[in-house]
Amino acid sequence: MTLDPSRRGFLASAAAAAAVLYVGVRPNGALAAGAAPAQLNPFVKISADGTVTAIVKHFEKGQGPATGLTTLIAEELGVSMEDIRYEFAPSDAARYANLAFGQMQGTGGSTAMANSFMQYRQAGAAAREMLIKAAAEAWGADAAGLSLEDGIITGAGQSAPIAEFVAAAARMEAPAEPRLKDPSAFRLIGNPQVKRKDSLPKTNGTAKFAMDLHLPGQMVAVILRSPRMGGLASGFDDTGAKAVKGYIRAAVLPNQAGVAVYAENTWAAFQAREAITVDWDVSNAEHRSSDQIREELLAAVNAEPEFNVTGADHAATTEQIAGAAQVVEQTFYFPLLAHAPMEPLTCTIEADADGGVTLHDGCQFPSGPHMALAQIFQLPMDKVRINTMFAGGSFGRRATPTADYQVEAALAFALTDRTRPVKLVWSREDDITGGYYRPAVAHRVRVGLDAEGNIAGWDHRIAAQSILKGTAFESMMVHGGVDHSSVEGVADTPYRIPGQFTGLTDVAKATSVLWWRSVGHTHTAYVMEVMMDEAARAAGRDPVEFRLALLEGGGADQQRLAGVLKLAAEKGGWGSAPEGRSQGIAVHKSFGSYVAELVEISGSAGDGVKIEKVTCAVDCGIAVNPDVVKAQMEGGIGYGLGHAMRNQITLTEGVVDQSNFPDYEPLRIGDIGAIEVHIVPSAEMPTGVGEPGTPPAAPALANAIAADGPRVTELPMALNGVSFA
Amino acid sequence: MAISLNLNGQTHQVEAEPGTPLLWVIRDELKLTGTKFGCGVAACGACTVHLDGAPVRSCQTYVEDAEGAEITTIEGLDSKVSKAVQDAWVELDVVQCGYCQSGQIMSAVGLLSENARPTVEEIDDYMDGNACRCATYQRIRAAIQRASEMMEA
Ligand code: FES
Ligand code: FES
Repeated sequence: MTLDPSRRGFLASAAAAAAVLYVGVRPNGALAAGAAPAQLNPFVKISADGTVTAIVKHFEKGQGPATGLTTLIAEELGVSMEDIRYEFAPSDAARYANLAFGQMQGTGGSTAMANSFMQYRQAGAAAREMLIKAAAEAWGADAAGLSLEDGIITGAGQSAPIAEFVAAAARMEAPAEPRLKDPSAFRLIGNPQVKRKDSLPKTNGTAKFAMDLHLPGQMVAVILRSPRMGGLASGFDDTGAKAVKGYIRAAVLPNQAGVAVYAENTWAAFQAREAITVDWDVSNAEHRSSDQIREELLAAVNAEPEFNVTGADHAATTEQIAGAAQVVEQTFYFPLLAHAPMEPLTCTIEADADGGVTLHDGCQFPSGPHMALAQIFQLPMDKVRINTMFAGGSFGRRATPTADYQVEAALAFALTDRTRPVKLVWSREDDITGGYYRPAVAHRVRVGLDAEGNIAGWDHRIAAQSILKGTAFESMMVHGGVDHSSVEGVADTPYRIPGQFTGLTDVAKATSVLWWRSVGHTHTAYVMEVMMDEAARAAGRDPVEFRLALLEGGGADQQRLAGVLKLAAEKGGWGSAPEGRSQGIAVHKSFGSYVAELVEISGSAGDGVKIEKVTCAVDCGIAVNPDVVKAQMEGGIGYGLGHAMRNQITLTEGVVDQSNFPDYEPLRIGDIGAIEVHIVPSAEMPTGVGEPGTPPAAPALANAIAADGPRVTELPMALNGVSFA
Repeated sequence: MAISLNLNGQTHQVEAEPGTPLLWVIRDELKLTGTKFGCGVAACGACTVHLDGAPVRSCQTYVEDAEGAEITTIEGLDSKVSKAVQDAWVELDVVQCGYCQSGQIMSAVGLLSENARPTVEEIDDYMDGNACRCATYQRIRAAIQRASEMMEA
């Protein structure tokens, strides 16, 4: 998914009847003026009193767009961060599409800043030019002599707040090509002092998440699902539930995926659900255990691959390895993983007065549930509304190609008389057992080294459960049978590896699988970076030097990867670990960003490893909000390390073995001693930060452990020979 | 049964079945939603409130057992310690998604009320039960240290 630069230029503005200035993109992408605001796609709204509001088209799950996109508007318009507000955009793909996704509105692939950077700056710049022009006309002055800073227009011996010119500016044509600030003049973009816009409400309990919604008259619905994944409900007995105060009723969902249990409040719904028994038809349900799934994947990765991903000459690679001085070989296995965002899944649906419906949701991918709801309720698209609220984390889970939980809520709502809003609530048990996992994956890699310790051939085979096949994203991300998300990070590595072959075999899905923070890179980075260390060790070379040699003489891609590797090595004191400590390093490119991480540990695999420090270097182009970038690296590192240390989802005859945090133990505060993040200064276009911090973390830890202990090739580490202090 | 709760300095009469977790009375009946539901089994700390000044997991506290106690939620924090903690949280931009942060703050206030100058080990020990899936732990640790400084000033 890349950004189409030809779409950056589309910008329009129009007059607003009520002296509100909206600047944005017209649905057709063309410039025009005079249209009513309702026909526009406003990114910036200025009301008559001069209050500036950025309309944020990406949902906020903590990754920072409410701050980042608002910064872009504030920078170009000329207002301070304190004087600008933000709102989340309504669901309207024609206006708020993610430019990386075509005509779909949604957040994912770490694209929020990358696809918005020019669009939001242009909207801010256009608003500035219009306000200045209005002031120039009012003052009979030359616009060129006026400036706008901190919400005040100054020049020609005059000075006035923008509020005075909103009405006049709203009647103007938008400039076709508003002039953007030169980066040297940035005051907010790249400024590490810029604060998050959402800190205060998230610190005093006032931030409203979807879980916090209480609509008048609402019912709470929970779903009783088959313990065996994919079982279908054929009937139920709710005699026991009738004793629960607040229980309303239960009904089999139209798709039989479960029984909806309705109650007056959340606790009553949970209690009633416990007391209901269901007849499950499990004839088509998952019946395998995870051991079997593992065996299937390992068998597949040891057989001839189904797909030759890059069209490389496999026979030649085989020959190069056969003739090598030594061969390094490893087989890897990665288990299913749950996302477990802190806020369990929830959303509320209510009927609108005009016959439409509104979905209240921490909505990651509005276009998906929007279409699904229109279909379920047989409504035109404009009768389905989405109110996007704060989301308590996602890590990919809130964007499913099936809009799974929103569809559940819609079906549960459709079964009622629709007079009362229905709030769907998932418990943590629903979340951990509910499928949509990071797929299980196996890799097998054989690396041939010549007598000088240089790579002669690299045979890399992956067996995976495809995330994208059979979804609406198949046409975009699956080519020639190859699901790109299964091989990203291997097939497109910036390393210049001689004789590299990448093979892929698809294995039947166990349950539903889904992207999980950094998608394919969750496993490909691990394998690539562990194998780099193994090869360097076999060659008797320093792991950093070995990697740099594979990047030498390359283009920008190689130079940027080498840049972060060197920076992390330098800042983390590579090669000079204090007594009793071991170091490991890994570097990986994902979502357009380059990240290296150096992990320093104490202790040992037998007595308990303690992660003392992680030093991270990131090159994400222009870091719009450096502190948000740092926070995303810190969080991405924690997410990567915590799961690699101790998490897995396993099945016993189709039933998930884990159920809640006690057996899907989250990373805890004491697990990582310190994290230090260094940002490479850059003038390149901004790239993603939500995911790229995750991939290098686990392999860097694995390499630190292997420096003086076992080589872990199967995750999680805690179940494969490593104890943690 | 009718239960009288003293919450954030006010008395509330609520109707609840015995055995109902305090969490759900606070959230669904009193509509104070700053206290969060994360796991329901005392494993995440998102539901942390204070009973007579000490942090407890409200998902594991029966409402009838809270009768007679002074209950404080994030909305009712009002002390020198809590102000320092909340100010430090904002100063260091601790939050990401924010969903765990009410619970983190309630625990941090509990810690600093008992121990105004905790060591890193003491912080890690005390905060161990508060999970943050966004892994904001580095900043939580730093903000507790910062709040400790602010309290001395
Ligand atoms: S909700 Fe109470 S500890 Fe998790
Ligand atoms: S800030 Fe998201 S769980 Fe802590």
